[in-house]
Amino acid sequence: MGQAIAFYTLAAFILGFAVMVVSTRNTVHSVLFLVMNFLFVAALYVLLGAQFVAVIQVLVYAGGIVVLYLFVVMLVNLKRPPEAHQDAHRHGAFGFWLSAAVLIELVVIGIYGYARPAAPVAAVAAVPAGGNTEQVGWLLYTSYLIPFEIASMLLLVAMIGAIVLAKREL
Amino acid sequence: MIDTVVIPLLKIVIVLNATLVAVTYMVLLERKVIAWAQSRLGPMRVGPYGILQPVADAVKLMIKEDITPVRADKWVFTIAPIISMVPALIVYAVIPFGPKITLFGRQVSLYITDINVGLLYVVSVASVGVYGIILAGWSSNSKYPLLASLRASAQLISYEVAVTLTLVSVILMAGTLSMVGIVNAQYNQHVWYMFAQPLAFVFVLIGGLAETNRAPFDLPEAEQELTGGFHTEYSGMRFALFFLAEYANMIVVSSVVTTLFIGGWLPPFPNTPVLHFLYYVPSWIWFFVESFVFLYMFIWLRATLPRYRYDQLMRLGWKVLIPLAIANLVATGIVKVLVS
Amino acid sequence: MITPTHYMVLSAALFMIGVVGVMVRRNIIIIFMSIELILNAVNINLIAFSAQLHDVIGQVFAIFVIAVAAAEAAVGLGIILAFYRNKETVNIDEMNLMRW
Repeated sequence: MGQAIAFYTLAAFILGFAVMVVSTRNTVHSVLFLVMNFLFVAALYVLLGAQFVAVIQVLVYAGGIVVLYLFVVMLVNLKRPPEAHQDAHRHGAFGFWLSAAVLIELVVIGIYGYARPAAPVAAVAAVPAGGNTEQVGWLLYTSYLIPFEIASMLLLVAMIGAIVLAKREL
Repeated sequence: MIDTVVIPLLKIVIVLNATLVAVTYMVLLERKVIAWAQSRLGPMRVGPYGILQPVADAVKLMIKEDITPVRADKWVFTIAPIISMVPALIVYAVIPFGPKITLFGRQVSLYITDINVGLLYVVSVASVGVYGIILAGWSSNSKYPLLASLRASAQLISYEVAVTLTLVSVILMAGTLSMVGIVNAQYNQHVWYMFAQPLAFVFVLIGGLAETNRAPFDLPEAEQELTGGFHTEYSGMRFALFFLAEYANMIVVSSVVTTLFIGGWLPPFPNTPVLHFLYYVPSWIWFFVESFVFLYMFIWLRATLPRYRYDQLMRLGWKVLIPLAIANLVATGIVKVLVS
Repeated sequence: MITPTHYMVLSAALFMIGVVGVMVRRNIIIIFMSIELILNAVNINLIAFSAQLHDVIGQVFAIFVIAVAAAEAAVGLGIILAFYRNKETVNIDEMNLMRW
């Protein structure tokens, strides 16, 4: 019962803030609504028992990526007055009806596809019973070590790429 | 019902009130200590030896006129101080002031909660605290606050990386992310992590100084350089919130450093039978005394050291602290594998 | 009772809001933020099923998605900044350097 209330409240906030992100004219306000959206998604993860991913979501997404977006928005907004950056919604009605159609289609597929009995899922590796963080760490460092290393290489490449792209002179 | 709702609520009320009172008296402590370091007396007029000075400050700030710049973004201007203050207060939910004690015939734990990702929660909340500074500078719609806020937030983000990397070596030694678990690990390993990980201790102290914009890393709010920094355009109660948020952050950093490196509520050389008499002092008194030592050290550093220039500051964060933190982590890992 | 179907509907709705954002808005930074919304929708789905099947692999996948999103955001914003320095605009209708 409590879980249902929590879920519906969080879902309402998540969708509400997402709609505000997409529809606000002022870009800085849009970024702030995105932060609130991410914080509520992290709360949803805690509700699902994934505490490690929830904290990573706050640390990386809300505390890192969106700060980056905020910096770029501020740098881009500096030279022009705020009014020049507010775009009118073009093709607004067409986009809304198309997305409503695809949303109904997705929901129908999801509900009917889920109703069929699922195929048995084979566990990948024996994960020791422990807290959530220990289990995630165990999988990351034993079965999925290579994707982990590749992800770190990807982040290194992205770091170098971002620095080179954003320099004034090479 | 009582154990799950009433007692945590009571703990939250007590901790919040104690924090806010402590923060206002930190202002007085700082003025007094810096004054004594400079051979003068500090506030002496209000109350005996200036004890009631924070009350006078609070009254003054509350009755001051609330000015909003003309073309400032009104909503963001209003919530920026709140965004600065809230992370400093939320962190208290995971800081352990003491173990489980028996109070009025009931087992009460002297911490609000103990989540199993406690330390990561502290770091992530600190990373959200950057928003208050960025938004304050941006929404003021004026040059000096914008420059100062960009500098301050860049400083915060850089030192966040260094501090997080250093904390990983502490987590490696303790084997758990929960704050109570780290204190218990220090109990089980008979040593404060200040002695087992001296480099990490020093790095976290330096990083904590830089994260809270305290001297010698306080260029973003130095009046001589930037006319007051990112809170130039704020006055009255909103300025008070920024001010209090900075001191609350300072107290939070002292509490976290105490928990991680000085055993929180453990006496020196914990779990040795010889020093068992030290356990007669209540655990939370150890915690407050040790936190107070760090707070005093923060003020002492402000009175003593000159300020870092901004490029020196960034060089220290990126080119010195991060490689050393990674080297510390590698060394800790190697030692742990060799010993076990 | 909250079944994974509820989480799937939430995830689908968030996904569609992100897609609408990508299709309708002309400011490229808002388009990037809508892409982040799409990635979050996928994460919610992954973690909901990980909770239902009691297998932590969904959360590991979600962590990889977050890491890739961070890399993509950094590079994408670097590109936007480089473009803005040349053309002084963030409107994608005006980003047409390759048109004849």
